[in-house]
Amino acid sequence: MKILICLSCVPDTTSKINFTDDDSKFDKSGIQFIINPYDEFGLTKAMMLKETNGCEITAITVGDVSVEPILRKALAIGADKAVRINHDPKDSYSTAVEIASYIKNNSFDIIITGRESIDYNGCAVPGMISEILNLPFVNACINLEINDNSIKMIREIDGGKETIQAQMPIVVAGQKGLVEESDLRIPNMRGIMQARNKPLNIVEPINTTVFTQSIKFEKPKEKEECKLIDAGNITELINLLKNEAKVI
Amino acid sequence: MSVLVYTESWNNVFRKNTYETVSYAKTISNELSEELNAISFGEVDRLELEKLSTYGVTKVYSFTKINKGDSQTVTSIIENEFSNSKLFIFSNTYTSKMITSRLSIRLKAALITNVVSTVNSIDPLTVKRQSFSSKAIEKVTAKTNKVILSIAPNSYQLIENKSNIEIKIFDIEKGSDLNILSQENSTDKISLSEAEIIVSAGRGLKGPENWGMIEELASLLNAATACSKPVSDIGWRPHSEHVGQTGKAVSPNLYIAIGISGAIQHLAGVNSSKNIVVINTDSEAPFFKAANYGVVGDAFEVIPKMIEEIKKSSL
Repeated sequence: MKILICLSCVPDTTSKINFTDDDSKFDKSGIQFIINPYDEFGLTKAMMLKETNGCEITAITVGDVSVEPILRKALAIGADKAVRINHDPKDSYSTAVEIASYIKNNSFDIIITGRESIDYNGCAVPGMISEILNLPFVNACINLEINDNSIKMIREIDGGKETIQAQMPIVVAGQKGLVEESDLRIPNMRGIMQARNKPLNIVEPINTTVFTQSIKFEKPKEKEECKLIDAGNITELINLLKNEAKVI
Repeated sequence: MSVLVYTESWNNVFRKNTYETVSYAKTISNELSEELNAISFGEVDRLELEKLSTYGVTKVYSFTKINKGDSQTVTSIIENEFSNSKLFIFSNTYTSKMITSRLSIRLKAALITNVVSTVNSIDPLTVKRQSFSSKAIEKVTAKTNKVILSIAPNSYQLIENKSNIEIKIFDIEKGSDLNILSQENSTDKISLSEAEIIVSAGRGLKGPENWGMIEELASLLNAATACSKPVSDIGWRPHSEHVGQTGKAVSPNLYIAIGISGAIQHLAGVNSSKNIVVINTDSEAPFFKAANYGVVGDAFEVIPKMIEEIKKSSL
């Protein structure tokens, strides 16, 4: 069985976000980059499947040479090979087209992505990949089991959960629940050494058309000064919420 | 050239964010002087379909036997029935994310998700969306003729706009690649993404056995309950309640944070809330900087008092 895990290189969750070039670009200076947390749940799940079912894991990302450390980390955790599509991703569509094209040429049984990336929050790449390749797609997956040739999953829906069975190949967008936070893996020295000898292939992009263009960024309005209410005077708090904020 | 709005239902009625989305779509269709059509999948009460006319829908297609979770079939139907539409408006839900991304490819239509503003310009279509997990607002422009917008829940108000409505019911059935074995409804009365008030608690509560007062306060305020990341990681509360950068982003009218210090990742998920109340024993907790109202005090004293006050004032 072959699994493709799609990784996005994103600013660490503690990052303060700033912009440059007249607020048209994300300012990468001083930012530490990590594997998108939603993708890391998927990578960990892939590792568990490798241990129980035996499979080959390929990690893929779209980006310039600066994103290679996340692929090295995936290899150190246990992915068998890595692929970088040498293209600065401009929107969800162009990213999905590149990944779908790689899948077409290399066939996989399960394509795992994160539910969304924590930078652009597009939530569009996995669904677009599945449509380009005409594959079934399960979003917000919180459980996944493989029995023979079929795959059983639980997905979060708005207002509950659904248990689904499907055939492979399939595209799955994961989130926490697919594995727990405590299941996440830190590469050990042996893994890091082995990663040096694993293949990291660079693939040139096929198409650079975009559907959308980012023009300008702004930061959310700063909150006004917080009004402090004495803990002994909760009547006042309720009064403010009722008559000033008018929210209860 | 009409505008199409996707109307999502749950338990045979439309969601609140469906009406927000319809109101949003009507505003644009008026600007374009175009009709507003709607499409619905799954069983919906007749009265609900009629209610769409209150918000300006002139025609609704209701596919009662099609499962809305079957994104391949849903996408094909939208493509076949509304290939002439130029604008497609959705609410940014789990279900719609499976459809919008497919539809974008089929129609070669730009997809802009997480939209939080009205349209800044119609041609080329430009809107603002939330990005960097609500740490930034991004202005995006579409490079295609057809455009799909997915509107963040709680970011647009309901606007009544009476119209005459034509209702067409279709009862075609279709098999799916996905076999749905079972569905489990959440026990929460109010979903987090749609809630107008959220009562959220963190490690300051000391243990899962102390959530009784949180639930009582939430139920009095008709609010949803939520929690911080550590609380869901240690298993005090389910993951589905985790609000923050790697959980859910919410934007209620009122967010009450109890015993949550306010790590940057948590703030990212809540800072589009219209009002924030923070209750914490530590006056240095970073959450106070993001709050409108703050109480430095012990949750175990403050919350019972709040409950008492609210009960008193609603008599």
